[in-house]
Amino acid sequence: MDKALVIDVGKCTGCRQCELACSYEHTGTFNPARSRITVFDFHEKARFVPYTCTQCDQAWCQQVCPVGAISNENGVKVVDAATCVGCKVCTIACPFGTVNYEPASGKVIKCDLCGGDPACARACPTEAIVFADVAVQGFEKMRAWAEKTDTAPQASA
Amino acid sequence: MHHLIIGAGPAGVRAAEALRAYDPQAKITLIDGEGEAPYSRMAIPYFLSGKIGEQGTWLHRPLEFYAENGIDLVRGRAAKVDAGTKTVTLEDGQSLSYDKLLLASGARAVNPPVEGLEGDLVHHCWTIDDARAIEKLAGKGARVTLMGAGFIGSIILEALVMRGADLTVVEIEDRMVPRMLDETAGNMLKAWCEKKGVKVLTSTRIGGVYEGGGELNIALSNGETLKADLLVVAAGVTPNIECMDGTGVEKRTGVVVNARMETSLPDVWAAGDCAEGCDFSTGDLSTLAIQPVAVEQAVIAAKNMAGIEAEYHCALPMNVLETLGLVTTSFGKHDGLEEGARATLLDADEWRYIRLEFNDGKLIGAQTVGHVSMAGCLRGLIQGRMPLGPWEDVLKTQPHRVAEAYVDLSRGVS
Repeated sequence: MDKALVIDVGKCTGCRQCELACSYEHTGTFNPARSRITVFDFHEKARFVPYTCTQCDQAWCQQVCPVGAISNENGVKVVDAATCVGCKVCTIACPFGTVNYEPASGKVIKCDLCGGDPACARACPTEAIVFADVAVQGFEKMRAWAEKTDTAPQASA
Repeated sequence: MHHLIIGAGPAGVRAAEALRAYDPQAKITLIDGEGEAPYSRMAIPYFLSGKIGEQGTWLHRPLEFYAENGIDLVRGRAAKVDAGTKTVTLEDGQSLSYDKLLLASGARAVNPPVEGLEGDLVHHCWTIDDARAIEKLAGKGARVTLMGAGFIGSIILEALVMRGADLTVVEIEDRMVPRMLDETAGNMLKAWCEKKGVKVLTSTRIGGVYEGGGELNIALSNGETLKADLLVVAAGVTPNIECMDGTGVEKRTGVVVNARMETSLPDVWAAGDCAEGCDFSTGDLSTLAIQPVAVEQAVIAAKNMAGIEAEYHCALPMNVLETLGLVTTSFGKHDGLEEGARATLLDADEWRYIRLEFNDGKLIGAQTVGHVSMAGCLRGLIQGRMPLGPWEDVLKTQPHRVAEAYVDLSRGVS
């Protein structure tokens, strides 16, 4: 994976254009409930946090899928909806909560980086979400966070 | 180097895959005891409900995966392991030698001590062959009794209803899924099933099963007799470890493993339902027999077999279940600790419930009914042993804000 979603929470204004863009890109409707990215509103701290899958190396979701419905395409973990049976085991195995069951389709959904041109980054008016080279510092910060949990050591060599 | 794997379920297949990646030159042999394309038992309910065909249960499509990756698939059941001569003898007499052995032989469904569970109208729902038999007997309008409303029973329940069966569930305990859900959640699930037209008898025991005239008479502890065209037994599983008899391997319910998935024998590892390793919630040994633990242990075993040091962080009990549209989850020490604290939030009208268990400023267990969003955060918080800080007080009054707590704590917004 050469590029990743780099999120700068300091720049997010909570406009939720990313959620709408994601939903539209994947479902053809403007429905935040079907978005793969969620903006959390910590209003007491005046902070908004866009939150989605970091395409972690551990790939808990892919490892656990009982029917091989999640593939690793150059580091991006992609759900094949036709193969997914909707068992949801990936939704509890992913310790980040970024694979979710979508009752509307009976399948699980997660960020697939829109095949290389993420709609959320395109829609973000403040560059809080950018699709950038992995060398960018913010990405390393996110990786560090992803690996901070006690769950990490088992799947990393 | 020859890696031999007993068992072609998720643990065996994931280990073979990982070994191929970590030890590209090694010979890898996978012993499959069912004569099927390696498949996932977890997919069986979806096969039974008609959502997928048999191929949809396969762990890999296409089947050529094994040959293309240099994984020899050998048909047969392991009868005996000889750790001294490093050989495995199959039931058909074939003998295979190994340098490193992984026991991933899984578990099998068992019968409780009840008279009459042997006939043609009584089946487990554990293998794809069981599912084929149920498919024939559980047609539209068929009278089906399900013994056991544990995790497996409850997941089959939905498939049986979707097939149009007239279903009665008989459970010994006082609620559904007693090992995963508390009284509130387990009885919510029962009420939900009853609302959907399923008869659920809890605190009820099946005393005996008698076949006559092409149907079953099932005697219940409440004095009633059920007539049925099929009885499905979902009353638990036991590890397949008989092939280790005589090896002297340390075992309890399963074969005991350490954090590297090593057994007490040299060059023998174990993973999945047949292995008994450290349990995150109790610190004791246990066989959890769940998919995430099976595949995570398999990867750890494969790494160590390939000479890459890796340790498992202990298995976290967790389950997710959808029963006729109602999703329930359970994580960690879901029934809590005496010295810990608890928060619950119930909205019975909307079929929603959440219960969190705390100890020492951390989340140690959780269960939910009717929540589907960001369930994995519960694993992250519990297994990550994340100090909740100010969120502990918030979650004690507003437990539904748990995903928010996780994002705040993990992304360091503060």
